[in-house]
Amino acid sequence: MRDDPEHHHHHHDHDHGQDPPSDWALRVKALESLMVEKGLVDSAALDAIVDTYEHKVGPRNGARVVARAWSDPAYKARLMADATAAIAELGYGGRQGEHMVAVENTPQVHNLVVCTLCSCYPWSVLGLPPVWYKSSPYRSRAVIDPRGVLAEFGLSLSDEVEVRVWDSTAEIRYLVLPERPAGTEGLDVDALAELVGRDSMIGVALAGASQP
Amino acid sequence: MNGVHDMGGMHGLGPIAPEPNEPVFHAPWEARALALTLAAGAWRRWNIDRSRHQRELIPGPDYLRLGYYEKWITGLIELMVQSELVTREEIAAGRPAPGAPKLSPPLIADQVAGVLAKGGPTTRSSDRSPRFEVDDRVRARNLHPTGHTRLPRYVRGHLGTITRRHGAHVFPDANARGGGEQPQPLYQVRFEADELWGRNGFGRGAVYLDLWEDYLEPA
Repeated sequence: MRDDPEHHHHHHDHDHGQDPPSDWALRVKALESLMVEKGLVDSAALDAIVDTYEHKVGPRNGARVVARAWSDPAYKARLMADATAAIAELGYGGRQGEHMVAVENTPQVHNLVVCTLCSCYPWSVLGLPPVWYKSSPYRSRAVIDPRGVLAEFGLSLSDEVEVRVWDSTAEIRYLVLPERPAGTEGLDVDALAELVGRDSMIGVALAGASQP
Repeated sequence: MNGVHDMGGMHGLGPIAPEPNEPVFHAPWEARALALTLAAGAWRRWNIDRSRHQRELIPGPDYLRLGYYEKWITGLIELMVQSELVTREEIAAGRPAPGAPKLSPPLIADQVAGVLAKGGPTTRSSDRSPRFEVDDRVRARNLHPTGHTRLPRYVRGHLGTITRRHGAHVFPDANARGGGEQPQPLYQVRFEADELWGRNGFGRGAVYLDLWEDYLEPA
């Protein structure tokens, strides 16, 4: 298909909202219809997969993990020692979360996750990655200019803070444990989880901030 | 392969553009593209390393221009054609060839939750004892394989320190080319920022990568 000049000016998947159905929409529709007709895939299974990532697996999972770690020192110790097992305690795991490692932000250390080779991301705790995470600009720059990238997200770090970038190019997936915001001592796990946005678990935001 | 997909450290690829309140999918077809790719994987005619490599084989200019799910669909079609699940004629026509047998999908709706919850762990038992220990100094080898590899260019030739041992994992370089899983030790390696990027690098900090033993040599 990539030799077809007709497709050399198609719509990107992030150019959305203002276009009529793209040729990609038509192509995928035709492909699905072919695959169902041949018995390669089951329509109901496709629906179940979509439902899983639209409604069941997303950054609320990771937020529960973080809030629990903030609230329960024993759980945090288990998370840092064996994140896969500790995350499984809360019922999360599976595809693109088979081998998890948690990395902790402190006043001295800030962690940032990327995959420079494709778009590896901890689906089991964060859901599917946002477009910017999968984009060439982020993938290329996160490892060479993380401070500049973070500043673009509104996070200016002191030169004293050590930046650790996790380029997750193997099958280990990284979850950033953000710092617990000040003034949250009385909050329970549910309330704390509300403060934990997706971006804080990738490392491009702080918990408690208004970012997603 | 030294493709454009291996973009760590490149400049000039444009601004990062976070989208407020971004939806999980931007159009229904993206959701179907994800689902088709996962469901077709249940035929087990290819593995995750092969499917990543298939996307890397998209010619560079196209790779940079295509969106994420556009690359997925491009790769999926190639994998299905090469695996003889579909023919190019069927793709072009949008319907099965006359007389093509009706198959039974290997993944049905009732199995989806279990399959996704199980995932695909890549740890394996291995007779190969790890060559390196935590705190060992290592150098990423100066390798330029033309096939699939998970050793990014920007660390090749550079010195790092082993910070964790992950046990033995499926070796993608072999698995992607149909050479079997060939599990071998995987290590977490820390590369200081100034080692990778020189004294004008990003200041205090480091980049960590998980690298297979064959990517490393003692230093």
